[in-house]
Amino acid sequence: MDAFLNQTIDAYYLRIMIIIGINIILALGLNLITGVTGQLSMGHAGFMSLGAYASAILSIQLDAPFALALLGGALVAAFFGFLIGIPTLRLEGDYLAMVTIGFAEIIRVFFLNFGPGGKAVGLSGIPQNTGFTVVWLLVLVVIILNRQLLTSRVGRSFYAIRENEIAAESCGINTTRVKVLAFTVGSLLGGLGGGLYSHYMYYINPQDFGFMKSIELLNMVVLGGMGSIPGTIIGVVLLTSLPEMLRIVDEYRLLFYGALLVILMIFRPNGLLGDVRIYDIKKWWGKKGGRGT
Amino acid sequence: MFWEQLLNGLTLGSSYALIALGYTMVYGIIQLINFAHGEVYMFGAFVGLFLVTAGANIFVALLGAMAFCMLLGMLIERVAYRPLRGKSTRLSALISAIGVSIFLSTLMVLYRGPNTTRYPAVLGDSTFQLGSLQVSTLQIIILVIAALLMVVLELAIKKTRVGKAMRACSQDLEASKLMGVNVNRIISLTFATGSALAAAGGVMVGIYYNAVWPYMGTMAGLKAFAAAVLGGIGSVPGAMIGGLSLGVLEIMGIAYLSSSYKDAIAFAILILVLIIRPQGLLGQKLSKKV
Amino acid sequence: MNILEMTKISEEFGGLRAVDNVSLSVLPREILGIIGPNGAGKTTLFNIITGIYVPTEGQLLFKERRIDGLAPHDIARLGIARTFQNIRLFGKLSVLDNVRVGRYGVTRSGFWSGLLRLPGGRREEKETELRAIELLELVGLADKRHEYAQYLAYGEQRRLEIVRALALDPSLLLLDEPGAGMNAGEKEELMAFVRSIRDQLELTIILVEHDMNLVMNICERIAVLNYGRKIAEGTPAQVKNDEQVIQSYLGAGV
Repeated sequence: MDAFLNQTIDAYYLRIMIIIGINIILALGLNLITGVTGQLSMGHAGFMSLGAYASAILSIQLDAPFALALLGGALVAAFFGFLIGIPTLRLEGDYLAMVTIGFAEIIRVFFLNFGPGGKAVGLSGIPQNTGFTVVWLLVLVVIILNRQLLTSRVGRSFYAIRENEIAAESCGINTTRVKVLAFTVGSLLGGLGGGLYSHYMYYINPQDFGFMKSIELLNMVVLGGMGSIPGTIIGVVLLTSLPEMLRIVDEYRLLFYGALLVILMIFRPNGLLGDVRIYDIKKWWGKKGGRGT
Repeated sequence: MFWEQLLNGLTLGSSYALIALGYTMVYGIIQLINFAHGEVYMFGAFVGLFLVTAGANIFVALLGAMAFCMLLGMLIERVAYRPLRGKSTRLSALISAIGVSIFLSTLMVLYRGPNTTRYPAVLGDSTFQLGSLQVSTLQIIILVIAALLMVVLELAIKKTRVGKAMRACSQDLEASKLMGVNVNRIISLTFATGSALAAAGGVMVGIYYNAVWPYMGTMAGLKAFAAAVLGGIGSVPGAMIGGLSLGVLEIMGIAYLSSSYKDAIAFAILILVLIIRPQGLLGQKLSKKV
Repeated sequence: MNILEMTKISEEFGGLRAVDNVSLSVLPREILGIIGPNGAGKTTLFNIITGIYVPTEGQLLFKERRIDGLAPHDIARLGIARTFQNIRLFGKLSVLDNVRVGRYGVTRSGFWSGLLRLPGGRREEKETELRAIELLELVGLADKRHEYAQYLAYGEQRRLEIVRALALDPSLLLLDEPGAGMNAGEKEELMAFVRSIRDQLELTIILVEHDMNLVMNICERIAVLNYGRKIAEGTPAQVKNDEQVIQSYLGAGV
């Protein structure tokens, strides 16, 4: 499959599509934490790096099969998400944001000094196992499972916490436990995305997972519309391909990117798809059709 | 050794404190983490550099940078935050702030390139012995200026009409509006004040470490924000104490533990403090209203 | 047997005694009103019963089981549901989902069951939905089940909040100023509704209310709080004629 794609699709576009796929998995993880459960995390890249390094080390040092390396990376990230979540998720709003920034920075500095990860030089020689098919198969699975989770009893409790924590408690929801759960699952997806990333890039280094990477992922979630799966996907596609399209104006790329974030927030403060639901579109469509007859 | 490190820490910490004040004042009034604040600090450092290079006296450069950043701060507020106020979530304001931050640092990269520029030696730095302690005149000047600015700020907030209005707004924005305070103007002035303080911090750090670069605002901004949270966000004395203690602890950590974990020390301290005392050192405990 | 037994409950906030040595028994299936001027400690009492605050002193028994010190979600699961003075709905969830979340405490299916759509969870989901719609029909909101809760009219939001509380299949329901912001006609409706759910669902109801008419009409027993203390307790007629109550509350022209 991948061989076929390599022949038919321009390598440049293939690359962008693979990166979009990886970013969708990463952003859907963050969406669970921030978009759905309302717990502002600004350190998602930290969990991504845990997955990237853990899976890369599994591949290089232990010759682990790709699937196992990915799973290992995801589990390491989930474990740390769980560990960090327990003491911090009782913090509210911006305090939580600060702590997640802090943890991501600590993780980054840790890898800067971590021998098996190549310290500041980074880790190279990671087998290039990530291809279009694997990425998009996983994207599909992640989207389906995400959807199933979010329309279930536990998934609704995620939203309830975002909307009103005290009312959620009064409905019998153990908010601390549910928040830790959301954080753990989100971190797991961060780790999975990280593993795919390292096995695509062949070479990783701690600076790939800095504060700006976390911010980039957060932008994707907020821009598309908080808590919405299609919204997150649109956010990812836009913010991944836009800088590429802006390459014509290369140097000014980030300038436009920054300005665009401001403008979008002014005109669509709830994100592009925030508040928009299929039900509302249908209703709107029905009304419009009804008026015609 | 210890006392010299303490002095180094206080010098670094006073720059954190100056930046942290801007974060905390803005946060106190509109609950926004102004992520562009680190970039304002960076602009302050560069404006200072230009003025000094053009031959200005260091104090003129300091004042010039402060004035420039006051305007910059007010402009940012007007363009990127005010249009969102009242009709958006805090998160979208945050993203807008991040947009401004990216915009400003890229602007400087386009203008100056991403690399470090050296500050001309404007103040012939000399050291003198104080007992067994080696003190640099530069450190003394920085500490004195920082202390002076903080005292002026404290007085301005306590005594002036605008300062009182600022405090009223941070207690209750809606009520202040009803009492006839021109809230938009007060918010604008808060940005101006915070930005001027950050600019002063920028110029002093530029001189002290003899280097400025377009991305200097990111890490300094994060740490200063950490300092503000450490002290209890929204609290002005908290930002001062948070900044100074973070600076001292960071320098001590480097001196007595390891320099390779330099950037992690500030955050590790912050996390520990927050887990033990979630409202920060001087912050008020928010009791949930039901 | 009393369904709820408060013994010498006190709550202090930094030296201020918001609730002071209050003892109160609630009989099964009664409608008990708690009245008192602003700041008398009525809502604080609700927050103590539902576990948001832990009482500084005293003990709290629900169905002869000690509940002071339990977490709010544990108390909810025991069958105590509530509404809030300032409505607390899940604004950006549909009306139906609000009620579904209300059933969280009485349903069981977990993370894996939801993630993988296991058969047990699916069955439970169906029951949840049926029950939710049934409850919504009770207050005439079934047609609006797909709307976002935040777009409902004020009165509808109040009703939805009660229905969400009922979704927990509670045996004790706490209503915090259910009639606030309603006109006379709506209040009539509300009273009839409260009585009917008490009878149909075999509930015990405690309500905090400002509107004297409403309280006197609907409640079988009334407790009066003032400055955190209970100053009277009895039937509406008794309370109306109580010296202390008239002085401290009714006499003040409220």
